[in-house]
Amino acid sequence: MDLFALDIFRRALVGGLLIGLMAPLVGQFIVLRRLSLLGDTLAHTSVAGVALGFLAGWYPLGLGLAFAVLAALAIEGLRRQYRSYAELSIAVMMAGGMALASVLFTAGRGFNMNVNEYLFGSILTLSRRDLWLVAGVTLAVALFVAVFFKELFVLALDEDAARVAGLPVRVLNVALTVTAALVVSVAIKIVGALLVSALMTIPVAASLAVGRGFRRTMAIAVLYAEGGVLIGLVLSGLWNLAPGGTVVLALIAMLVVTLLARKLRSRLLAGR
Amino acid sequence: MEPVGSDNLRTGKAGCHDPVVSLAGVSFAYGDNRVIDRLDFRVLERDFVALTGPNGAGKTTLLKMMAGLLRPTSGDIRLFGTPVRQFRDWHRIGYVPQRSALNPLFPATVREVVESGLYGRRTMFRRLSAEDRQKCRDAMEAFGIADLAGRRIGELSGGQLQRVLLARSMATRPDLLILDEPMTGIDADAQDAFFHMMRHLHEKHRITFVMVTHDADLVREWLGDRPAHESGRLKFYVRHAHEADDCAETDWSHTAKPAGHPA
Repeated sequence: MDLFALDIFRRALVGGLLIGLMAPLVGQFIVLRRLSLLGDTLAHTSVAGVALGFLAGWYPLGLGLAFAVLAALAIEGLRRQYRSYAELSIAVMMAGGMALASVLFTAGRGFNMNVNEYLFGSILTLSRRDLWLVAGVTLAVALFVAVFFKELFVLALDEDAARVAGLPVRVLNVALTVTAALVVSVAIKIVGALLVSALMTIPVAASLAVGRGFRRTMAIAVLYAEGGVLIGLVLSGLWNLAPGGTVVLALIAMLVVTLLARKLRSRLLAGR
Repeated sequence: MEPVGSDNLRTGKAGCHDPVVSLAGVSFAYGDNRVIDRLDFRVLERDFVALTGPNGAGKTTLLKMMAGLLRPTSGDIRLFGTPVRQFRDWHRIGYVPQRSALNPLFPATVREVVESGLYGRRTMFRRLSAEDRQKCRDAMEAFGIADLAGRRIGELSGGQLQRVLLARSMATRPDLLILDEPMTGIDADAQDAFFHMMRHLHEKHRITFVMVTHDADLVREWLGDRPAHESGRLKFYVRHAHEADDCAETDWSHTAKPAGHPA
């Protein structure tokens, strides 16, 4: 396929596969802590940073990353204050981020930028510098999850148990949210802000249906994510469609097939 | 049975064993609603304390304060003699939350959950050792869940899950076990088996228990029908592990002191 001969596509593919690796690593903890909306919030805020980057002439992806990290810290701060309304602080940030992004985008009309790219993703714009940023973030995220795997597991399973065990729960919470911010902000360029959080949640939703232990569930989630990215990017390249859409639709198709297969299997087993 | 006057002993001077949990003038309020009001109580080494009271009496709140999960509005809490905020030996405390606190769809095996009982400050930045894993296997063996090790926790019955949680809290070999309604929602046979295990741990393994329970029969049969202490609507029923005479044997230094710790 001559698609793979294209330098720009190969770059997008490598970037996409790196994102497919790290998104479920963080996503599994996020989903199990019932913070599925966190990804969207971080993405919306990150786009505001990207927009500001264009306006001010700074590296947009870098500024997007900085915005996402700041949003992560703000969310953790707000969550501590409104304990019983954790999702409220998330909802406010989500709306605020997108509102700011849209104002900045419209303020910057006439500048050379393509809003669609950042909302729905693109396989044609990942620069060499972007790819290095993605690789660096992947390394940092993988290291964080590997080093704190045990602690993050307890935190997701039973936060009280983590506290009674004397673990630094607050620090771990903040670190996890910041890690999610890193993943989301570098993934935006390929899958777009509106769909990026699906990469953290849908693979996990599918693997939850089939996985047994925690590690294996995570490994399966990574396989799903990589499959979705591969299929989605190829379809996007072949038919010139927004990669965010093709990746997420591929993931949803895989999820539906998984759920149907599971249902069929349990029916067959029951019928015997 | 608690003799008259034991109240003084539990709220004041220590008896034959050291206090494991000391509560002095502890109050807790949710906003304006004061659920616990100037509570004084001591849990001594090798006590079995059953905590009863109607819903909203502050049972779970009190347990959470003992486990360091909630800070009292006022008053002083000590664990093994150390103020709770400075306490660092958390491996000495096993906390078993209400079973409903756990997400039944969580993708973890029994082994993973039991091993997580060992994860604490001491195990950060290192892998579990072979010895650690053996501890967990022992705990699973002891609570009859070894054959379930590879099962996902969502597939277990209530009684099995309760034993998993107990095994998890026992993985660090704690000296104090804090349990929040462990018998609720499990069938009668499983309750009997579970109670048997706790009794064994209490009598043979020198473990101190604080347990919230609604089981009036259990309290009456085993802990007597007179609470050792009352505070607000909270009632504390206490049974010590052994007779007062044995006390001298386990720690000879007490022989010099006046006897009188209630059995």
